[in-house]
Amino acid sequence: MTFEDYETGDFFDEMFEPSGEARPHYRKLLERYSRLDKEDFDRKRQAVDLSFMRAGITFTVYNDDRGTERIMPFDLMPRIIPKSEWEFLERGLKQRIIALNLFLKDIYHEQKILKDGVIPPSYVLGAKNFRREIMGIDLPRDIYIHVCGTDLIRDDKGNYLVLEDNARCPSGVSYVLENRNALRRAFPNLFPRAGVRPVEHYAEELLKMLQYINPNPNRAPVVGVLTPGSYNSAYFEHCFLARQMGVEIVEGRDLVVRDFKVYMRTTKGLQQIDVVYRRIDDDFIDPSVFREDSTLGVPGLVSAIRAGNFAMANGLGTGVADDKVMYYFVPRMIKYYLGEDPILQSVETYLASEEKDYGFIINNLDKLVVKSANEAGGYGMLMGPWASKEEIEKFRDLIKADPRNFIAQSPISLSRHPTYADSAFEGRHIDLRPYILYGEDITIIPGGLTRVALTKGSLVVNSSQGGGTKDTWVLNSDE
Amino acid sequence: MLSRVADNLYWMARYIERAENLTRLLEVNLQLLLDFEHLNDEQVTEHWDPIIRASGDEELFYELYEKADSQTVTDFLTFNTQNSNSVLSCIFSARENARMVRDQISSEMFESLNNLYLFLKSANSKTVWQHGAWDFYYRIKEHSHLFQGLVMATITRDEGFEFMQFGTFMERADKTTRILDIKYHMLLPRVSDVGGAVDVAQWIALLKSASAFEAYHRIYVADVNPMKIAEFLMFSPDFPRSIRYCVKEMNAALHRISGCPSEKYSNEAERLSGLLLSELNYGSVEATFNEGLHEYLDHIQSRLNEIGASTFKAYMFQAPVDLAEEIQQHQQMQQ
Repeated sequence: MTFEDYETGDFFDEMFEPSGEARPHYRKLLERYSRLDKEDFDRKRQAVDLSFMRAGITFTVYNDDRGTERIMPFDLMPRIIPKSEWEFLERGLKQRIIALNLFLKDIYHEQKILKDGVIPPSYVLGAKNFRREIMGIDLPRDIYIHVCGTDLIRDDKGNYLVLEDNARCPSGVSYVLENRNALRRAFPNLFPRAGVRPVEHYAEELLKMLQYINPNPNRAPVVGVLTPGSYNSAYFEHCFLARQMGVEIVEGRDLVVRDFKVYMRTTKGLQQIDVVYRRIDDDFIDPSVFREDSTLGVPGLVSAIRAGNFAMANGLGTGVADDKVMYYFVPRMIKYYLGEDPILQSVETYLASEEKDYGFIINNLDKLVVKSANEAGGYGMLMGPWASKEEIEKFRDLIKADPRNFIAQSPISLSRHPTYADSAFEGRHIDLRPYILYGEDITIIPGGLTRVALTKGSLVVNSSQGGGTKDTWVLNSDE
Repeated sequence: MLSRVADNLYWMARYIERAENLTRLLEVNLQLLLDFEHLNDEQVTEHWDPIIRASGDEELFYELYEKADSQTVTDFLTFNTQNSNSVLSCIFSARENARMVRDQISSEMFESLNNLYLFLKSANSKTVWQHGAWDFYYRIKEHSHLFQGLVMATITRDEGFEFMQFGTFMERADKTTRILDIKYHMLLPRVSDVGGAVDVAQWIALLKSASAFEAYHRIYVADVNPMKIAEFLMFSPDFPRSIRYCVKEMNAALHRISGCPSEKYSNEAERLSGLLLSELNYGSVEATFNEGLHEYLDHIQSRLNEIGASTFKAYMFQAPVDLAEEIQQHQQMQQ
């Protein structure tokens, strides 16, 4: 495979310097790939796709009755992060999750940050995912966000920027582990020489964290993964994690609350369960408190949490932290709670509900990226510079009708990475989602999920919008 | 073990066993027809109709098709997904159950089942007919054997394993009664044909449908005798597809689940399975033929159903929760 015709364009390229020379931490990989012929490479690709399909490593696309299962497109060219760069990211991510957790504890208790006028109260109290119902509830170890997937991008100078925090049920970590397996099978001799840090201990760390938040210290905790069921698009991941941790995977219908305790229905009767890693959103988790029409959740869960008999990761109400409007305030939170400057930079953001920003947004829609506050998966977005007149007008009306629900950001020229396209490597835009676990310690498995926009020129990396993934390597050294 | 998981494992095992039995039945009978090329339409229908009747789905079949012939019966029992008991439906259901309990079974088990599922999803009846049904059925059978081998080789002997065993033998016992019943449903050939070529061929086909041909012959050599065949398939203490053997295994699995000694019982399922087992242990083929083979097979089928229902009640049944009431109660407690 040759990179002779590869063009970096006007973008920051992860692998190549503008001069066309490979960056030091990519040199071993380049050498290995150069020795590979195209047929060999295509064979490896097909073998990997087939093994994903056979093992059922799929996600469900909701477009017919039974749901169609697809594999996540996997690009065989890994993304590499050198040691010192990763250490910098780790420091920044830890600082960020500590501040976010302090923020959540504060707003569900004293609300000092609001009283001190650091964040206007209406933004928090009026947030769609602010859960009044859990005000005053103490969570085990005061942790709210136990698992966080923070999306990072790099701009045209290679600076890392935080794009958003996913503090509810971030998914995708199973692909991190399966991608590594797949790449290891495809290139068995590559790893020992490359000095790649392992990721396989994720499930172990996750279990340790779940055991750490056991609310019943007199009992060895019974832990489970709570899933909406086998028709959920991320069901594979739920099973994968349960299997790796060696714990039960439970659905709402398997659980029942009695005397403020949560029980599983087993063949030997009711058995108490202490902690779950839940993959059901707040809205659906407890129909006696939130949406009454939910059949996925368990009536009484919230009261069991309030009574201190049951714990959940992530905690209730964390959605307020990944409200895109709150993103704007994270640097202030870091300053307020920790007295530090943010290590990781944010994307320049404007709030449609701030008077000074409103006019700027409305008049510059064709130059901005507009996002609605609580959508995910690449939905509810306007990419101004690439949008049609109709789309821009549509968003102008939406913003005027409900300014609180929108933010705008300057478009970032995302970095690119060589990615296999049909017959050669071409630059494609990427981002990075590291997974942060907050338990007794904060652990981040080295790397995370690199998502790649497979369509030429596209900036959208979401799997639901035609994105794929790459294995992400963090090296033991800088070369 | 979660009740739902026990239920999923039980059904996963049953569906796979069911698909395999159907596959064998179809394959053997398609082969059998090759020996009788001169058959007219009416005779072909006489051949297939009993098979549909024994499957218990004749009502649905005659809603969907006009008459029973090789093409329609194979389509109905193999490919038709409106028939929840077709081979395809069974494998799809088994795989869906397996997906729900992926954390409880070995990855080898899931992958082999998923492989079969992917193969069947891509298959259609037309190409199967063109390329030969034999290869197609062979592949399904092979996968089922592989799967059952993996259960034996990769699963810890815990509760989950026992529920799979129980499901497998429950299904197998039921299918053996149905396979025997086919011969009953076949209109008796003309008196001069009894013991003649057609009759013998049919009995041999029946033995093959139960994978019992070689095992039977090892004991009875070349004596194709209806009475002996029935005795073998019902009462053999050692043949793994005889009804008696299956019930013995079901009973043992139930006792391993509860930990109750085999001469006692701790729930209705164990009592009923013990009762049926002793009936089979001490039964005789002569008495059965006097009572009427078909009636006796019917009797066993309903006993099996009762054992299934009481097992469900003992381990998997979840007292229905009125969600609305549950919500209301918890809301009141919160106030």
